[in-house]
Amino acid sequence: MTPLLSVEHVTRTYARGRLLGRIEFAAVDDVSFSLEAARPEIFAIIGESGSGKTTLARMILHTETPSGGVIRFLGTDVSKLRSRRQRLQFMQKVQPIFQNPAEAFNPLKRVDRYLYASAYYFAGRRSRAGREAAADEALKKVGLSLAEVKGRFPHELSGGQLQRTAIARALISSPALIVADEPVSMVDASLRMSIVNLFKTLRDDLKVSIVYITHDLATAYYISDRVLILQKGQVVETGPARQVLSEPRHPYTVRLRESILSLDDVQRMPTGGSERSFGV
Amino acid sequence: MDAALSVKNLRAYYVTDYYGVRREVRAVDDITLSVEKNEIYGIAGESSCGKSTFIKTVGAAIRPPLRVLGGSIKYSFLERDLYDLDERTLADIRWKQLSFIPQGSMNVLNPVRRIRESFQDFAFPHMRLSRSEFFDVVKQRLERLHLSPSILTAFPHELSGGMRQRVAIALATVCRPEFIIADEPTTALDVVVQKDVLALTLETQREIGSSMIFVTHDLTVHANISKRLGIMYAGRLIEEGPTGDLFRDPMHPYTQHLVASLPQIGDLTPKTALNGAPPNLAQPPSGCRFHPRCPLATDICRQTNPELITVVPGRRVACYAVAASLEARSLTNDK
Repeated sequence: MTPLLSVEHVTRTYARGRLLGRIEFAAVDDVSFSLEAARPEIFAIIGESGSGKTTLARMILHTETPSGGVIRFLGTDVSKLRSRRQRLQFMQKVQPIFQNPAEAFNPLKRVDRYLYASAYYFAGRRSRAGREAAADEALKKVGLSLAEVKGRFPHELSGGQLQRTAIARALISSPALIVADEPVSMVDASLRMSIVNLFKTLRDDLKVSIVYITHDLATAYYISDRVLILQKGQVVETGPARQVLSEPRHPYTVRLRESILSLDDVQRMPTGGSERSFGV
Repeated sequence: MDAALSVKNLRAYYVTDYYGVRREVRAVDDITLSVEKNEIYGIAGESSCGKSTFIKTVGAAIRPPLRVLGGSIKYSFLERDLYDLDERTLADIRWKQLSFIPQGSMNVLNPVRRIRESFQDFAFPHMRLSRSEFFDVVKQRLERLHLSPSILTAFPHELSGGMRQRVAIALATVCRPEFIIADEPTTALDVVVQKDVLALTLETQREIGSSMIFVTHDLTVHANISKRLGIMYAGRLIEEGPTGDLFRDPMHPYTQHLVASLPQIGDLTPKTALNGAPPNLAQPPSGCRFHPRCPLATDICRQTNPELITVVPGRRVACYAVAASLEARSLTNDK
């Protein structure tokens, strides 16, 4: 059976420096993994800044072409998509969610037009009523409704609402795969868990697979099924999320795990506060 | 104990008056708190709860349309209220006694000037040292922050995010100020770097013995650095107490939610999110500003605003439900 997404020995190099003395460096270096179509899952890609996680996401979304290796989506090579029809078909099945919802939407345009445009191109809803119905249906899945969003500009919605609208937009085309690049790092603490829980519902109820890119190990532990740890473009550890994050093997994962600030110290603190040290 | 900073009933609003339409955004509304000497006081709250406005106000960095409408701000090193001072005195105390660690260090360091020149611009006029003495002090400070003196000749873009943030800390502490205001100094950094920067911030604060206000929305950061913690919601302080107590036994429903929803490794219990969105501060809800999202809201919450009252020594909460349950407990104790 063909996997939903298979990333096979993918490399992406960038050149630095001038014409003479160019230095090639690999942002993503020989990364392989695959997601099964039959079993939707949340697959977390974890790494610090500069580890190549965003480059990897962009290659899966076909906005960047790999310098080596192949990315196959349902068996077809993503970089071979050429015609408009093929690309639309691909975009229908693979949808992005970006880090900062305030930047993903044009501040001068109303938010609902993004929903209508997605319904028009990806769901084939040509009539106005059809587009509105599709938008409303998708917004209901994320706990909003068209009445709340219709005619609003991005600044009129809160960060959490905007991010949920962005997820609703991605859902309109009923995708099989969502690539979410740090979707909660710009969302407020009180709303963060609503987004994270939403991903769980998408996986369980709508059977959407999610590539969840983050540097936040705690939310990754909370929602993901499998994780892949990237360091300087290379995979250092991969496996079931709970296992990798509770008993990391690779020194880099251990270091990541140790640098998470924990609440244990504060819970053991005597009343009235006390001296603490980081042991650095 | 003498307070390093005491703020009383501070109100700072953004006031605009265009074409006869007056609009007020009540970003800081009636805040009373004090920061002890040698203490790190944390302020937590989500975006648009007024934490940045609060820092601007206590840092004497207000510009129209932000206006201070009432209240007092007193620092221990000043004889008078902060807003009774003239510009020259303010310029004198800035950086030398009251300094600031900003959020995005990329935006603070001038991108076309070398780090050495930034130090010269910010700190040199306040130090009354000769140039070579000044740079000796700077180099010592950089060394304490594990930076090599060679970065002085670098441009900001040549340094990594963590290094830039450490430069910002060095800049803020080179004059050994008595009071430091830190505005989300670790938010833009990733996990590994964040821990180092926090450790260095704590070390520096201990070494020079300053008092500090540390603002971030990230509660886990507070758990690791702040000694006392104040939670802000919609322009008001709603709960305050020693960090450990606040995490172990949060009283205000909002704080309870914040603490309960923190994801942690090894913890798989379902986490829930609050309904609704933070209120618009131009038209804040009547009564307690949290009531539209509060599971415990009653009629009184919709009508009048609860005062921030001391419930246990050292802990203050603004919530009718908490006050009522405490009263009930004390009544049963009396019987």
